[in-house]
Amino acid sequence: MRPFEYRRAEGVEQAGALALAGGRLIAGGTNLLDLMKLQVETPAQLVDVNRLPLREIEPLADGGLRIGALVSNSACAADPRVRAGWPLLARAILAGATFQLRNKATTAGNLCQRTRCHYFYNPDQPCNKRAPGSGCGALGGFNRIHAILGASDQCIATYPGDMAVALAALDAAVVIAAPDGSQRSVPVRGFHRLPGDTPEKDNVLEPGEVILAVTLPPPAGGTQLYRKVRERSSYAFALVSVAAAVRMEGGRIAQASLAFGALAHRPWRDPRVDALLTGARPGDALFAEAADLLLEGAQGRGHNDFKIPLTRRTLVAVLREATGTQPGDQA
Amino acid sequence: MELTINGERRAFNGDPRRTLLDFLRLDCGLTGTKKGCDHGQCGACTVLVNGQRINSCLSLTLMHEGDTITTIEGVGTPDAPDPLQTAFVRHDGYQCGYCTPGQICSAKGMLAEIAAGWASAVTRDLEGEVVLTREELAERMSGNLCRCGAYSNIVDAILEVAGEARP
Ligand SMILES: Cc1cc2nc3c(=O)[nH]c(=O)nc-3n(C[C@H](O)[C@H](O)[C@H](O)COP(=O)(O)OP(=O)(O)OC[C@H]3O[C@@H](n4cnc5c(N)ncnc54)[C@H](O)[C@@H]3O)c2cc1C
Ligand code: FES
Ligand code: FES
Repeated sequence: MRPFEYRRAEGVEQAGALALAGGRLIAGGTNLLDLMKLQVETPAQLVDVNRLPLREIEPLADGGLRIGALVSNSACAADPRVRAGWPLLARAILAGATFQLRNKATTAGNLCQRTRCHYFYNPDQPCNKRAPGSGCGALGGFNRIHAILGASDQCIATYPGDMAVALAALDAAVVIAAPDGSQRSVPVRGFHRLPGDTPEKDNVLEPGEVILAVTLPPPAGGTQLYRKVRERSSYAFALVSVAAAVRMEGGRIAQASLAFGALAHRPWRDPRVDALLTGARPGDALFAEAADLLLEGAQGRGHNDFKIPLTRRTLVAVLREATGTQPGDQA
Repeated sequence: MELTINGERRAFNGDPRRTLLDFLRLDCGLTGTKKGCDHGQCGACTVLVNGQRINSCLSLTLMHEGDTITTIEGVGTPDAPDPLQTAFVRHDGYQCGYCTPGQICSAKGMLAEIAAGWASAVTRDLEGEVVLTREELAERMSGNLCRCGAYSNIVDAILEVAGEARP
């Protein structure tokens, strides 16, 4: 690790001011320290936010839930309210990392975790995300884990996390404090960016902004599933994941909200897919149409070509399970 | 700044880069905790912080002011071993032994998580009672790798202790 100065933030405003002046916030440290050891990240100052009062899970007046930025991933997944009302969130968190890591990892740190692209992780390799203008090693290189949707000719990295995929499907929001003391709320669906010409920017956070919490709308009910496909059955990042919240009524899909992980630079959402499913009778023909729509613009880069059929099959399997239909069922 | 390690107060005012793992091993002489990967990928460095298991390689010492840390040396001693340590010996839950301190600290943390009713990725009913099957144990201990592949004996050792702990 490069030498750095360590500061402990005593309040949110101080954390924001230090971050605005170039300090880097550290919460659980499980992503940032990993990257600092590899000198992928080289902050001159670390701002420890762990003593800020952001560790509560609180009910909201509208029936929703507010999860503080510093709530550990373990505490969030174990919370009885989360398990009962937003099981998709608990499932996605439990599908990621390990108990040891989740005991340290926090809500905000998890949202802001960086890509696992091998070229990003290796300072000897070109990477426009780590060193803008240096090129993208993954485009013509080892790209098994890379994006098939929404990539650019500058960067084909994916957002690797699980939790945010569930939050996108559940239509949660990120509450953010600006250094001037004002606050804004950004839908998780719009929090992470596509790479475009500025792949160094993972999300919409501006300098000095501090995440305070994530807010969940009231429970949507129905069936909630998180299906993660990976190289081994535990302790591995997703190759493809599908988060689904589906409510059935009288043999039809009354409501469907889907989000996809490991396919793009952000949790992937396609409102057209939700709209196609909503109000329709479930069956294989409908599910195939949904997959066609989702993967319309999908582009493999060689090693990751398999993600296209894998996404299709995973989506169909999740939709069958969520709607209680069997292979071969037609509407 | 101070923290408590295995019941003893310790002071730290060294380089901010000192991870908790390096502090334990190099400054405190507590070399039971092992460094495998130094990147959160193997679990050899697992210790208990305020009763919860974490990877000490991915944590800065400075971030632990006031915390209570238990390492394998604090779990038990040759004269007064923890039931998990006894069970690992009885079941031969290792070959080279490098992963063992992490396995045992991790298992201690896991038993507390089960007592608290925490679900895992393989728990069918998120709101139901947690029963420590072999499948549950494999998932809950997946953060501790064993290069020697002593897994089946590790599982036997932990299951024996978990079974005795159950009412
Ligand atoms: C071996 C390994 C396997 C893993 N497997 C998975 C997996 O399968 N699925 C998965 O989803 N994740 C996985 N992870 C990643 C893990 O989930 C993240 O490391 C963790 O969630 C990061 O949280 P943290 O609190 O430790 O973040 P930190 O490392 O402390 O911070 C991460 C980033 O968040 C920023 N940040 C922190 N708090 C705030 C705040 N309040 N406001 C603004 N910015 C903030 C920091 O500045 C930093 O840029 C794995 C990690 C490891 C090491
Ligand atoms: S040394 Fe910490 S997880 Fe490997
Ligand atoms: S006993 Fe050798 S690594 Fe586990």
